[in-house]
Amino acid sequence: MSDAHIVVSQVSKVFSTGERDVVALKDINLEIPRGQFVCLLGPSGCGKSTLLNAVAGFAPPSSGQITADGALVTAPGPERGMVFQEYALFPWMTVADNVAFGLEIKWMPKAEIRDTVDKLLKMLSLGDFRNRFPKDLSGGMRQRVAIARVLALDSPIMLMDEPFGALDALTRRNLQDELLRIWSELKKTIIFVTHSIEEAIYLADRIVVMTYRPGTVKRDILVDLPRLRDPAAPEFNALKRELGQLVMEEQQRHHHDELRLAAVD
Amino acid sequence: MARIAWREVGVGLVVPAVVIAVWQLVAQKGWVNPQVLPSPLAVVTKWIEYLLPLQARDPATQSWLGWALSGELIHDSLGSLYRVVVGFLIGGGLALPIGLAMGASARVYAWLNPLVQLLRPIPPIAYIPLSILWFGLGNPPAVFLIALGAFFPVLMNTIAGVRHVDGIYLRAARNLGASGITLFVRVILPAAVPYILSGVRIGIGTAFIVVIVSEMIAVNNGLGFRILEAREYFWSDKIIAGMITIGMIGLAIDIIMNRINNYLLRWHRGLEN
Repeated sequence: MSDAHIVVSQVSKVFSTGERDVVALKDINLEIPRGQFVCLLGPSGCGKSTLLNAVAGFAPPSSGQITADGALVTAPGPERGMVFQEYALFPWMTVADNVAFGLEIKWMPKAEIRDTVDKLLKMLSLGDFRNRFPKDLSGGMRQRVAIARVLALDSPIMLMDEPFGALDALTRRNLQDELLRIWSELKKTIIFVTHSIEEAIYLADRIVVMTYRPGTVKRDILVDLPRLRDPAAPEFNALKRELGQLVMEEQQRHHHDELRLAAVD
Repeated sequence: MARIAWREVGVGLVVPAVVIAVWQLVAQKGWVNPQVLPSPLAVVTKWIEYLLPLQARDPATQSWLGWALSGELIHDSLGSLYRVVVGFLIGGGLALPIGLAMGASARVYAWLNPLVQLLRPIPPIAYIPLSILWFGLGNPPAVFLIALGAFFPVLMNTIAGVRHVDGIYLRAARNLGASGITLFVRVILPAAVPYILSGVRIGIGTAFIVVIVSEMIAVNNGLGFRILEAREYFWSDKIIAGMITIGMIGLAIDIIMNRINNYLLRWHRGLEN
């Protein structure tokens, strides 16, 4: 038994859509040590979100198994907090209530909830927004709330599904730095899905490049650059070129597949 | 929002003013029989008369306020409102839990939906004969009809509200550790509130229509009763005065509902008028 925090072994996932089966994931094996920041990188349709959802427990794999902290993953749970691209904040709750939600349903004492919420709002610079509703916040602010909501659970694992995909470039960089700060402070194990090569290099300890249908691990590399990383540095760009090549190959396959399907229709 | 847009109010008054002016002209010139169409002035006079107390105040038994509110119009309006409120609370109060159950459970839905679909198209008016057979005369049959009118809009919207909860909220809530009752009360129910409230609004509107009809058959006060009574005596001015009162109360209910809506849905996007 290794001391890996998350173990994905022989995981496959098949979606049946009427006449044809789509193999979204095929024989995925990953061992993620405690505290590692892993990016799943690939073009859309490569199964990176499917893999993340399987780790989250939303959609169990068709075969193979996933364990987190040694326990088999069978259902979603607060020990594997998820940050969604669509924020998924509860719009009828204020910022503070959203962050407190996971604690309230655990029946944590009121005073303790208040302290935790205060601390997190401060940590994510949301103090002035505690009584606002999500509709009054910008995308970047909403995603901060979503991150605070997951951090409130104090889960050792954070799963992030293209969390900054809908944000503008500046807000995005801002939140990336914030995330790195939180990660180094709180020592979370993070699986982060993205299709941005630059984002993956900027953030990750390790980048797992996935293939387009069936989704398999194409390349699994460690990023050995000191943080904060400089996107203009030659090493950064060398890596970017290398990964760009890999991702483009898969993107081409995706494109041809679409053309082929369009021709059949 | 609190600032009144006088320009808009002014524009909105043009058409009613023209209509009333033409109406007054037609009546004044004697082009139509005043028993068929009384002048607006006569209607207003009648309305005030209808509003004011019938008798002089008796200091021994009546307070000033009691006396001021003893007019027939007040009495009728309160009677109608009472029926709307009681009927709506019964109808809506039954529809809400049933709708929540039908929305949340496919099994309950499968059991009840065929019956609901069969009963829903029957207008409450069609229940009049049965309601009299079952409840006799007086308030009970009226309340029954109103409850029936309010029941289906609230029911259908509650079902739709629960069934249309965005899956992303459910995923987020499960991920945060919610399940069962907690998930239902803290996530599904609030997410369904916009639908439920629009059902409530339609339900109250229906209740208000049904109250007028039901008063025409089963009771001897209320605005519906009063305008039918006025017809028997050819008091067309009183008929119109009663109708205007119905319009004003309906408008007031709608404004109040709108306020409540805006408050309860202050978190909702795209509601800032």
